[in-house]
Amino acid sequence: MAQHQIKVKINGTDHKAEVESRLLLVHLLRETLSMTGTHIGCDTTHCGACTVLLDGVPVKSCTVLAVQADGREVKTVEGLEQDGKLHAIQNGFHQEHGLQCGFCTPGMMITSSALLASNPDPSEAQIRQAISGNLCRCTGYVNIIKSVQHAAAALRQPAEAVAK
Amino acid sequence: MATTTLRTSPEVCGMGHSMKRKEDPRFIRGQGHYVDDIKLPGMLHMDIVRSPYAHAKILAIHTEKALAIPGVLAVITGETLKTYGLHWMPTLMSDTQMVLPVEKVMYQSQEVAAVIATDRYTAADGVDAVEVEYEPLPVVVDPRKALEPGAPVLRTDKEGKTDNHIWHWETGDRAATEKAFAEAEVKVKQDIYIPRIHVASIETCGCVADFNKTDTHLTVYMTTQAPHAIRTVIALVAGHVGLSEEKIRVVSPDLGGGFGGKVPVYPGYVIAIAASVVIGKPIKWVEDRMENLQADSFARDYHMTAELAAKKDGTMTALRITTLADHGYADAAANPSKYPAGLFSICTGSYDIKTAFTEMDAAYTNKPPGGVAYRCSFRVTEAVHAIERVTDVLAQELKMDPAELRFKNFIPADKFPYKSALGWEYDSGNYKAALEKAMAGVGYAELRKEQAEKRAKGELMGIGICSFTEIVGAGPSREFDILGIKMFDSAEIRIHPTGKAIARFGTKSQGQGHETTYAQIVAEELGIPAAHIQVEEGDTDTAPYGLGTYASRSTPTAGAAAAVAARKIRDKAKKIAAYLLEVSEDDLVWEVGKFSVKGAPQKSKTIQELAFAAYTNHPPGMEAGLEAVDYYDPPNLTFPFGSYICVVDIDRGTGEVKVRRFLAIDDCGNIINPMIVDGQIHGGLSMGLAPALFEEISYDENGNNSAGSFMDYLVPTAMETPSWETGKTVTPCPHHPLGAKGVGESATVGAPPAIVNAVVDALSHLGVRHIEIPMTPEKVWNILKEKGVAE
Repeated sequence: MAQHQIKVKINGTDHKAEVESRLLLVHLLRETLSMTGTHIGCDTTHCGACTVLLDGVPVKSCTVLAVQADGREVKTVEGLEQDGKLHAIQNGFHQEHGLQCGFCTPGMMITSSALLASNPDPSEAQIRQAISGNLCRCTGYVNIIKSVQHAAAALRQPAEAVAK
Repeated sequence: MATTTLRTSPEVCGMGHSMKRKEDPRFIRGQGHYVDDIKLPGMLHMDIVRSPYAHAKILAIHTEKALAIPGVLAVITGETLKTYGLHWMPTLMSDTQMVLPVEKVMYQSQEVAAVIATDRYTAADGVDAVEVEYEPLPVVVDPRKALEPGAPVLRTDKEGKTDNHIWHWETGDRAATEKAFAEAEVKVKQDIYIPRIHVASIETCGCVADFNKTDTHLTVYMTTQAPHAIRTVIALVAGHVGLSEEKIRVVSPDLGGGFGGKVPVYPGYVIAIAASVVIGKPIKWVEDRMENLQADSFARDYHMTAELAAKKDGTMTALRITTLADHGYADAAANPSKYPAGLFSICTGSYDIKTAFTEMDAAYTNKPPGGVAYRCSFRVTEAVHAIERVTDVLAQELKMDPAELRFKNFIPADKFPYKSALGWEYDSGNYKAALEKAMAGVGYAELRKEQAEKRAKGELMGIGICSFTEIVGAGPSREFDILGIKMFDSAEIRIHPTGKAIARFGTKSQGQGHETTYAQIVAEELGIPAAHIQVEEGDTDTAPYGLGTYASRSTPTAGAAAAVAARKIRDKAKKIAAYLLEVSEDDLVWEVGKFSVKGAPQKSKTIQELAFAAYTNHPPGMEAGLEAVDYYDPPNLTFPFGSYICVVDIDRGTGEVKVRRFLAIDDCGNIINPMIVDGQIHGGLSMGLAPALFEEISYDENGNNSAGSFMDYLVPTAMETPSWETGKTVTPCPHHPLGAKGVGESATVGAPPAIVNAVVDALSHLGVRHIEIPMTPEKVWNILKEKGVAE
């Protein structure tokens, strides 16, 4: 099988790898680079446990080939925390009990972070719509929605404080 | 009382505090440690060849092409395992099931062979290259047809077996029940089918088996809810090939949900272990979602007929339920040994029914084996669905309000402990209070008024009630065992010299938050801050023996063990305090975190000071150290309960059921962590909504699975799931050291009948009496069309 040299920026760091044509992005992350925060739950793009940002857009990395990420930028759960400071979405999930088993959590947080980047004050309906491609079996989504709202409020706070 | 009394400060964070979870920091950073995250040096990968047929003879398995692929190291077949006597294995219910077949396959997606390769892609290539020749055999998918004379006998491996009947089970007084029905003023009868569903935890099942040929030590990292039991099972099943229990270590790392689906031993685990023993290298096997849905243990699949006898005033006089259980090709249910139908006999529910009888027959079919929980204590969901549905059918027959009928028949609060007609001693309850709170919470009278107005306009709105009683926390050793091992559970607490602690348990969290709640229990009992108590589970080399986490048993068993072990530590600390303060033990009083002298409160020793003294200045004649272990054998099960009210609107154009409101009032006794309990209820409600409206695994006449991926198996998303509302009443458990009951599964049990009752209620004026789950838009729309109200 053909091999390809690819270069992908992941969480701000450049990675080079030689990969088979068929290698999935999720396996590049988990197997080749040992970044196991991104999970696999279904193989059919339904559960969203494998969600990462590709050039800022949430994608299900179980149905994206590693070669499709060549020359592009990927953000995973490992890249949410910056300089030892949790991303607001991580703190939101902790404060509002938005996770139980933790398996869907990385994908759920990544999807939510993309929502908040484009919509700082989403309604409950907009949050539900945004995470509808991410399945959670533990929480019933109630506290996940509160977690996203918690993060949204925290992210808005400095701007609102300035406005006042 | 609606809340649990707080006895500790937020710093100590004992019972009743909504402590933020101690397990969160690793999960929110993507640093959880699940089975598929494990990578060992030299590790190989396994993938499985599965049958496209539901019933077929295996004529030949050609492995040459697979073995010719670079990186494919071995193909394991039933014949390979037969040489080690490992091609069959026992089930928890003393039946047998194949690990890999030698003669024939019995269900679609059954394991046929396993490929071992250097990486998972190559293993998958190998699976594609294995060629299997099959000769299809007649398929039996309907358990009723399976029991008809002349049906093909499926278990030809069982000598002398001439039919597909597995067992008959019955309990209660048949004759008295027949008499009560003969004399009844009113009788109702309802067929109810609870279809096959699947837990579909977001993490599938898998393991890494690591056998060291030099020291013959086996370590298995495994998605299991019961690591200790698994270790013993491995020793019993594979002792003859040299696996000895002292050299077996089972580690259950972080689990991405369990819900009962990670209790059984699946063939994949056994093949991976066998492969590691033969090859001497670590073998990883992780199933994909299709394998998970198509081959792992199912739940439910009960065909029930429920009958209620009553007086004209609504007083229930007798209950009879007859069930046909479809077990697939083997009885691999995860039940306590003495309970082939689990705890189905809780089916008299919350009602004071004096006479009852229930019987069940189980049948083999060409479907995957199983009978696991799907987040409920052994078959309690089926029982509650039957009684709560037939109660509404009776209300309809009597033209009584379903709430009024329930109030009329509730076991009164002053009758506890209550002995049910089918033999259970309900420990405590106050059913009236829970339903009253739920009705007040939703504004029941106003909703009925609104419904009447809507009906006049042709709109379809329904209100459904479910007042369930659960039975969880198995269980007392006189009755409860799995493979002979009694269903106690355990806690071991060690207090370090600086007053911090480590506590280990025989259970295994799958998201329930044990690292937090168990720490809170120890904090409650000893006054050591929960933040300073490290909780560990899941490693059989370090944790005390226990039966694991399922059936809402962790708080009733291991949680109780934690309290008792902590009290043993407190007793020893008291002796040390008496020594240090130079008083008699009788002169000491305990308040959170310290012993002080009666009448002289300034003379005291904190638990931290006593811990230090236990290692540095312990009394002469006393053993050093401060630790205790407890194996807790519960005197009874716990009986959590609740009343749920669901309000639905039905779209006459599409048949879609919209859950407008759902209020769950739960009573799980004293609460350890309210935040976590609410989270458990939210999750349980969602796993009750799922089978009520969406999820079903059905089979066509050839035994083809119709919902074998998330394309067709409809796990609810945030779009379909309503905003759950919760509330509590608190009726402490009289026999649990903390007054607590299990809670993780209450909502899964209570939600489906509330939703069905609401939908039927919306259509009752049209003569609809029952609807089978899942109540899909198509099913509901066809009813609307039949009744002439579809738009």
